[in-house]
Amino acid sequence: MSTTAEAHHDHHDAPSGIKRWIFATNHKDIGTMYLVFSGLMFFTGGAMAMIIRAELFQPGLQFVDPGFFNQMTTMHALVMVFGAVMPALVGLANWMVPLMVGAPDMALPRMNNWSFWILPVAAILLVSTLFMGGGAPASGWTMYPPLVLQTGDAFPFLIFSVHLLGMSSIMGAINIVVTIMNMRAPGMGLLKMPLFVWTWLITAYLLILAMPVLAGAVTMLLTDEYFGTSFFNAAGGGDPVMFQHVFWFFGHPEVYIMILPAFGIVSQIIPTFARKPLFGYDSMVYATASIAFLSFIVWAHHMFTVGMPLAGQLFFMFSTMLIAVPTGVKVFNWTATMWKGSLTFETPMLFAVAFLFLFTIGGFSGLMLGITPADFQYHDTYFVVAHFHYTLVPGAVFGIMAGVYFWLPKWTGHMYNEKLGKLHFWLSAIFVNVTFFPQHFVGLAGMPRRIPDYATQFADFNMISSIGAFVFGASQLLFVYIIWSCVRGGEKASTQVWEGAEGLEWTVPSPAPHHTFEVAPEVR
Amino acid sequence: MAHTSDRYYIPHGSPWPIVGTVALLLLMFGVASALNGAAIGKFSMLAGAVVLLFMLFGWFGVVIKESVDGIYNQQVDRSFRMGMAWFIASEVMFFAAFFGALFYARQIVLPWLGGESNNFFTNFLLWPGFEGTWPSNGPAEIGGEYKPMGPWGLPAINTAILLSSGVTITIAHHALKAGNRGMLILFLGLTWALGLLFVGLQATEYAHAYHDIADGGLGLTLGSGIYGSTFFMLTGFHGLHVTLGATMLIVIWFRCLKGHFTPENHFGFEGVAWYWHFVDVVWLGLFIFVYWL
Repeated sequence: MSTTAEAHHDHHDAPSGIKRWIFATNHKDIGTMYLVFSGLMFFTGGAMAMIIRAELFQPGLQFVDPGFFNQMTTMHALVMVFGAVMPALVGLANWMVPLMVGAPDMALPRMNNWSFWILPVAAILLVSTLFMGGGAPASGWTMYPPLVLQTGDAFPFLIFSVHLLGMSSIMGAINIVVTIMNMRAPGMGLLKMPLFVWTWLITAYLLILAMPVLAGAVTMLLTDEYFGTSFFNAAGGGDPVMFQHVFWFFGHPEVYIMILPAFGIVSQIIPTFARKPLFGYDSMVYATASIAFLSFIVWAHHMFTVGMPLAGQLFFMFSTMLIAVPTGVKVFNWTATMWKGSLTFETPMLFAVAFLFLFTIGGFSGLMLGITPADFQYHDTYFVVAHFHYTLVPGAVFGIMAGVYFWLPKWTGHMYNEKLGKLHFWLSAIFVNVTFFPQHFVGLAGMPRRIPDYATQFADFNMISSIGAFVFGASQLLFVYIIWSCVRGGEKASTQVWEGAEGLEWTVPSPAPHHTFEVAPEVR
Repeated sequence: MAHTSDRYYIPHGSPWPIVGTVALLLLMFGVASALNGAAIGKFSMLAGAVVLLFMLFGWFGVVIKESVDGIYNQQVDRSFRMGMAWFIASEVMFFAAFFGALFYARQIVLPWLGGESNNFFTNFLLWPGFEGTWPSNGPAEIGGEYKPMGPWGLPAINTAILLSSGVTITIAHHALKAGNRGMLILFLGLTWALGLLFVGLQATEYAHAYHDIADGGLGLTLGSGIYGSTFFMLTGFHGLHVTLGATMLIVIWFRCLKGHFTPENHFGFEGVAWYWHFVDVVWLGLFIFVYWL
C-alpha cells in the first residue's frame, strides 16, 4: 500500500467547517444533509399546501388568483415528491444501510456527495420559477402536454430541474445497489438483511429503471416546444396521450419508490416494539419484489378515461388488482408480528401502527380507483386526492417520521422528548384524518381536483379539511423543535437504544462515531 | 501495484463533486436561459461546459492516480464494475423511452388517426382521408415533403463499421489479457478510429437528409412530423453516445500507451468496452426498427 493511502486511513477525525459538508464523502454526513434538505423542502411544499387549503377554506375566490392556485398545486406536488419524500428516504438509506449491512461507508463515496449536492441545484432551478415571467409551472406535476407547453419562461427550468433530480436519484440508487450487493459484512447473506435494506435494494432497482424514462419523456416535451418535433402533436402524427403513457411508465414505479422504503422502516420498527421477530420475513421480501415487478405493468390505470381499447382497460385493471395480493401479505405480516407480542407504544411504534391502519385505507381506496368502470366516476376528483394523500402522508411521511424517531437516538446520542413526541404523533394522526378523510366524501360527490373554487354543497367538508390541514401543518413545527432539542441534548441513549432492537446498527455506540465498521463485523 | 490494500478505500473528502454541481448549475441555467432568449444564457452555458470539463479531468485524474497507486482492492474494483453495469442499465431505459415512443406512434397513434379501433370519427371529422401508415409526418404533413431514410447505403455501411469495432475491441481486450501490448494498442486504436468514422458518416447522412429534395437531399428534418422526430431523436442520442464512447476509447487508448492497465487489473478498459458494446446493441435496434422495418 502506498504512503498516501496510509495517510488517508489514519486520518479519522471528521473534517471541520464548511468543507466537512461540501466535500463530504461520509455516508452519515451526506445522510444528514439529505434529511435537512428534505426538511426544508417539506416546509416549502407544506407552505404551498397551506395556500391551497386557505383558498379552499370557503367557496369563491379569496386569496389567490386561479393561475397562482394552479402553480401551487403543481409546485406542491413536485416539491413534496422530488424534494421532500424521496430525499428523506435516500437520506435514511445513506445513514442506515451501511450500518445495517456492516459496511464502512457507501460503496462510491464521491458519487454519493454528487448525488446529494445536485438536489439543491435542482431545487433552486425549480423554485426560482415562481419569480419568472408567466409564473411557475401550473400544469400539474404530471406535466401533460399540450397544457404544459403553455408554461412561460419557467418551462425549460422545469425540464432541466427534472433532469437533475433524475440524475441525482439514479446515482443515489446505483450507490445503494452497489453498497448492498458488494459491501455486506461476511455472513450477511441476502436473506439475513434487515427489511429496510431489502426494500431499499428493490426501490433502487425501480429508480434505475424508471427515472431514465422520465428523463426521456421530459426531453420529448423540450424538443416539442423548442425544436419542432411532433411527439405529442396529433397533426404531426404524434399523440398527447403518448406522453401520459411514457410518464406513467415512470410514474407508477415512482409511487412505489416513495412507499417501499417506508414499508422497510415499518418492518424494522414493529418487530422492535413487539419484541418478536418479523412474521414471515421471506414472504415480506418476495412480496416487495412482486409489488416492484407489478408496478411496471399497471401504469395505464392512471389513464382509464383517455379512451383506451377495452382490452387495455381490462389488462390494466386486473394487473392493478393483483398488487393487492402482495400488499395484503405485508399488512397481515405486520399484524401477525404484533400478535401476542410484548407491545409498547413509543413514538416510532405509534407512527408505525398509524401507518399500518392509514396506509391500508389509502390502499383500499386505490383498489376502488383501480376498478375501471368506477374510475370513470372518481377520475380527477378529490377522491383521487384523498387516496394518494393517504398513501403519501400517513403512508410515506409517517414512515419517514417513524424512522426519524426510531433512529434519532442512534444519530444524536440523545433520547428525544417522548412526551412531546407522543403529542406530535397524536396531533399528526388526528389532523391528517381531519384533513384528508372528508376529501373522500367531496370527491365521491363530484368535486374536481386542481380547481380553486367549488360548488357550495362542498363547503362544510372543505372547511373541515382546511382546518385539519392548518393544525397538521402547525404540528410539524413541533417535530422540528423535538429534533432540534434532541440534537442539542437530552437523556443519554444506550448503544441498543430500544429494548427489543436487534441488528448491526444497534451494536455501534450512540451517537454513531463518524466512521463505523472499518473492520467488517462477523455476522453469524 | 505489488500488493493492494485489504481495506475498502474511502476517500476522506473530495472537491470534485461540488465542482461538478456548480458546472451543472451553470450549464442548466445557461441552456434554460438561452432557450428563453436571455443573453446571459450562452455565457453561462459556456462557463458550465468549461467547469464540467475541468471537473471531468480532475475527478477522473484523481481516480486514475489512486488506481495506478494500487489503493483500490478487489472489492473497490467490484463496486466500479457494478456501478458501471447499472449506469448502462439506466441508459438502456433512457433509449427505451424513445423506442417506446416509436413503437407507440407506429402501432397505435397512426392507425388510430387513420380511424382504426374506436376512432372512426377522429378520422372522419378531424383528419378525413388520412391513412395512418408508416412512415408519416402526420395528417397535417408537418415539415412538408420528405423522403424516408432507407437502410441500405450509408446506414448499412455504418452497421458494418460499428459491428467491426465491436470485434476489434474484443481482440484488443484479449491482447490486453495476454499481455500483448502491440496488438492492444493497434486494435484499440482501430476501434476508436472506426467509432469516429461512424460519427463522420452519420454527419454526412444527416447533411444528406437535411437537404431539400430539389437539391438531391431527402428534405427530412427534426421537424418532419413523428417520423422526423423519432428518427433524429433516436439516431441523434445514439450518435451522442457514440461520440462519448469514442472519447472514452481515446482516453483509455492513451492510458494503454502509458501502461496503466495490467492483464489482471483493467476495469477502466472493461467499463469502456461494456459501454461500447451497449452503443453497438442500441445501433442494431436502430438499424432494424428505425431504418429497415
